[in-house]
Amino acid sequence: MNAPVAPCLELTATIAFEVVPLDCAEEEVAPAGARKARRLGRGDKVALGWLLGPFLLLLAWTTGSAAGLIDARVLPSPWATVATAVGLIRDGRLQANLAVSALRAGEGFAWGVLAASVLGLVAGLSQLGDYAIDGLVQIKRSIPTLALIPLLVLWFGIGETMKVTVIAISVFIPMYIQLHTALRGIDVRHLELAETLGLSRWRFIRQVVLPGTVPGFTTGLRFGVMGAWLALVVVEQLNATSGIGYMINLARTYAQSDVILVGLVVYALLGLASDAAVRWLEARVLVWRRTLAG
Amino acid sequence: MNAGSRSAADGPIVQVRGLVRRFTLRGVLNGVDLDIRRGEFVALLGRSGSGKSTLLRALADLDHEAQGSGTIIVPERLSVVFQDARLLPWMRVLDNVVLGLKGPDARARGLRALGEVELAGRARSWPYELSGGEQQRVALARSLVREPQLLLADEPFGALDALTRLRMHALLGRLSAVHKPAVLLVTHDVDEAVALADRVVVLADGRLAADMAVPKGRGGRVDLADAVALRRRLLSLLGVMGLRDRTSVSDHEEKLTIEQ
Repeated sequence: MNAPVAPCLELTATIAFEVVPLDCAEEEVAPAGARKARRLGRGDKVALGWLLGPFLLLLAWTTGSAAGLIDARVLPSPWATVATAVGLIRDGRLQANLAVSALRAGEGFAWGVLAASVLGLVAGLSQLGDYAIDGLVQIKRSIPTLALIPLLVLWFGIGETMKVTVIAISVFIPMYIQLHTALRGIDVRHLELAETLGLSRWRFIRQVVLPGTVPGFTTGLRFGVMGAWLALVVVEQLNATSGIGYMINLARTYAQSDVILVGLVVYALLGLASDAAVRWLEARVLVWRRTLAG
Repeated sequence: MNAGSRSAADGPIVQVRGLVRRFTLRGVLNGVDLDIRRGEFVALLGRSGSGKSTLLRALADLDHEAQGSGTIIVPERLSVVFQDARLLPWMRVLDNVVLGLKGPDARARGLRALGEVELAGRARSWPYELSGGEQQRVALARSLVREPQLLLADEPFGALDALTRLRMHALLGRLSAVHKPAVLLVTHDVDEAVALADRVVVLADGRLAADMAVPKGRGGRVDLADAVALRRRLLSLLGVMGLRDRTSVSDHEEKLTIEQ
């Protein structure tokens, strides 16, 4: 219980300024040949270093194909794949299928985001809304969306409606959960502040609650985008007559592994591009947040 | 007991009578009576867990779930400064200051308040760009721009380093002299209480165990000998042992804080 007695602050400061530099200087002029500490870190970072792995894979693929070690029926050579891609673009098949796929995914994504925003806000902002909506969503969450496809086929047939619905649900679930969690997790300290400042309910929602949920919303968007592409790949295997998935399926029938490869690369590019778009949006709307990367 | 009773003509702006607050089994406040006059600076001392913050939260009407009884009268215009600055991270500094303010001149008043805490140049900064002391100054500006009749401060300098804390003491002393709100400063720092307050009350066992005026000389300066005597009494009230035996003269110049 004895309160430790600190010397007066001015005194501490004087001592610190006079003594510490001296100490440091003495240690720095250590005798030559002194022990050097072994560095145990991971080594220095290099810009674009992450490209090493993909480059090695490409190198193995190229040399393997050139040396005839890889059967072209299993995996066509890089140059054959590029030639196929050029051919598909030239006769317009790739663009047409890409447009259909992108539209399909975009439509489902838009519906999913809309539904998640409306229902997430209702459930997140009012207790009654929470009771009405959240339990249902939690039950739905335990059923994988793709397991609903047979039922949705019965209801909506095998046309676009079913496909867009599956994509929309796949986007809705992660987005709703992120948004709902963010709304429920509003900082109680900010709530107290709003109360002491006498904010109205509307101002509280607009200036405190909603801005605070933006990080959760953008995280939800990224999960939603992933969900959209995943669902797209699955529904395009189902009796589609257009789209990248259809193109891939058709190529399988004719054993055109080069076309399958082009389709997969297109999927990868779509995924990367949409994720980059969400990140770009995130950086624009979250300038107030200090990040480790920033 | 009440040091404020001498000038009863100027009626108390805060009146607390028989305030009781309970958490689960333990009573935290067991009948607190407290008056604060208009413009009076009161420091509320107490050991950790003594219910200082409970009392402040009751005055701020932040204890919705609390069990208890008693009457509380507080003025309409009331501001709270918390231990953490509680700036909204998604609002620039000026927007934080004027949050909830109405009127066309709100931003001009906000800028003036930022000037008073010497942060006029940081109006467009984001909160994360400020140091802890600067953030707490913004919080102070946010409270003062509302021209409160009562300022409640819950250990507002507890999270700051010692040097920054001293500068904040000077700033708060200056600003409260200009704006003259009644202040209830919750603290566990006896020196902070003696340096800033007109009156020090001590909370112990759920009641006000002491209520002492801080003797102020000319120009509002605290006489050193008086302050040392008062500090010693406060420390012994707070149960800090062994200090009564310390009689060396150098004692007077030491900075003492109660360890939690």
